Amino acid sequence: MALLEVRNLSTSFFTDEGEVRAVNGVSFDLERGRVLGIVGESGSGKSVTAYSIMQILASTGRIVGGSVRFDGQELVGAGEKVMKTVRGNRISIIFQDPMTSLNPTYTIGRQLMEAILLHTDRNREQAHERAVEMLRLVNVNEPEKRMKQYPYEFSGGMRQRVMIAMALACEPDILIADEPTTALDVTIQAGILELMKDIQKKIGMAIIMITHDLGVVAQLCDEVIVMYAGAICEQGTADEIFYNPKHEYTKGLLRSIPTASNTDQKLEPISGTPIDLLNMPKGCPFAPRCDAAMKICIRSRCERMEINEHHAAACWQNLREEMLRAGVEQKGGEQS
Amino acid sequence: MTQDTITAPVPTEPSAKEQPLIRVRSLKQYFNINTGFFQSRPLKAVDDISFDIRAGETLGLVGESGCGKTTAGRTILHLYQPTAGEIIYRGKTIRTREDVQEFRTHATMVFQDPYSSLDPRMTVEDIIGEPLDVHHIYRNPKERRERILELMEHVGLNSEHAARYAHEFSGGQRQRVGIARALAVSPDFIVCDEPVSALDVSIQAQVINMFDELQDKLGLTYLFIAHDLLVVRHISDRIAVMYLGKMVELADSGEIYSRPLHPYSKALMSAVPVPDPKAARANQRITLTGEIPSPLNAPGGCPFHTRCPYANARCTELMPEFRELEKGRFVACHRAEEING
Repeated sequence: MALLEVRNLSTSFFTDEGEVRAVNGVSFDLERGRVLGIVGESGSGKSVTAYSIMQILASTGRIVGGSVRFDGQELVGAGEKVMKTVRGNRISIIFQDPMTSLNPTYTIGRQLMEAILLHTDRNREQAHERAVEMLRLVNVNEPEKRMKQYPYEFSGGMRQRVMIAMALACEPDILIADEPTTALDVTIQAGILELMKDIQKKIGMAIIMITHDLGVVAQLCDEVIVMYAGAICEQGTADEIFYNPKHEYTKGLLRSIPTASNTDQKLEPISGTPIDLLNMPKGCPFAPRCDAAMKICIRSRCERMEINEHHAAACWQNLREEMLRAGVEQKGGEQS
Repeated sequence: MTQDTITAPVPTEPSAKEQPLIRVRSLKQYFNINTGFFQSRPLKAVDDISFDIRAGETLGLVGESGCGKTTAGRTILHLYQPTAGEIIYRGKTIRTREDVQEFRTHATMVFQDPYSSLDPRMTVEDIIGEPLDVHHIYRNPKERRERILELMEHVGLNSEHAARYAHEFSGGQRQRVGIARALAVSPDFIVCDEPVSALDVSIQAQVINMFDELQDKLGLTYLFIAHDLLVVRHISDRIAVMYLGKMVELADSGEIYSRPLHPYSKALMSAVPVPDPKAARANQRITLTGEIPSPLNAPGGCPFHTRCPYANARCTELMPEFRELEKGRFVACHRAEEING
């Protein structure tokens, strides 16, 4: 049994303009100690998936279906009491913007200790010790002195380190990182990613890394989920996704980013504009932008198909290729 | 050119063929920051930079937040009055207000955020037409209208978009409107300040390709400011790296990636997260210790010495000269030969 089993998770936001189906039948497993990347563009549902697991959706949002089993326990419909024992304690989350996630009127130490006092039976002295230890773990210099300082005295990178320290203080089983380095400079980003990798090895927690940056995914993740319009297009090991993509959207994404090898060539952009979640097409949501779209893509949505043991994709092209291959083999058989 | 009275290091003596479009000489931009009652200190956002931008090239300007790259771009366009230094456009130094007015019909800007740089109360037609109005470029309304439609076609917008408002567009389309506005006065030089960083990955490529196509079609020269190094490398012919208001390295874009000479460029290039898991595993990253100092308290000597693994006593005292180490490669480091030898 996997540590986290998400099955058919669907989350909608109920707005004045109608129901926005932000997450639409998402399923995946997360094993202990693994790093899972969820990539997608804005509106793909990657953050909402995470917020649904944590049940920290905005008031207009609601999980409308599916299940989230964490360590054998069902979380959907489990109630706030159960969630309070899970949230911040066994599953922690860090957000994109370290500037706004800390309270500017409290010292760093007080905010760190708050989390520890809330979730463990440590007394104040032990909590203080633990907080200093955590700051040391995330490579904050002079942790004793830093404990007494306020967020404005910290730089962006340092604040994100504090957020990580806070998230890890209760030794969670899963750390969800929602674009943790997007607001940071590259050299600072490199430091934070390195830190997350180190700590992950040391503590052995699982990480769900939510990002739009395929570079970040390549640095950190064992497994990758690619999302588009609230659904999973493709999932598999990082190597499979990067070197053997099997969904037209993933292929398009990989072709459209500048890399070391395509400097002299023109980029191949994905045509069209991002999807309008209020007006979802009937078939594959990517079909209107897909160069390889066939009739069936417009008519019906492709289900998840296994490519191999480590790889699955929801793209009709794979079925077509398989049929072509089978056809060729059959023909070959007839001839011989 | 030759009777220049400039004392700053002159990067290249341009040959007749490679006459630079814009020459920046000893450019400084200081902002006065109030630090207390009746006290203020200069924040040296751009501190004595000199470089050339060749006609028809794309010069990438990279660096981390607070390094002064955006300020440099804006000061070159005289959106800020330079504290000191000169901008020389086609051999003519921009000095008076008339010069600036004239210069702005040749040089324009594309801004980072297509959500806040377009007036929500104006139609697309009026946004693109505004520079035409300001510089009195058309003779009658028909001509104005025709020019606007032509510009919209250049950036891949339909004529039916003209009557719409910015909020009706997606991010990529808004940036197209911003680019059409920048093209309105038929400039030959455009400062692009992080023009794709607010866009989704799949849309970025569309806009990057459009910049390329427009350059070919209209013979444009770009100063392309961005923090995404992979994007900058893709679009730029040469790249300049800034750190704390100083320019630390300038070289051909392929060179600066494959063989950076300045210790800061080395760290910067190795920090780029490449979208390739195998390369990522093989990458030997140079991790910098410490933080970028505040530009208000910039360290003396070389600005990078507080974080530089190679710094010695000389680096803490003396600002290294921005010198041509190899042909076309400029670097500001005392020990460049030693550490790259």
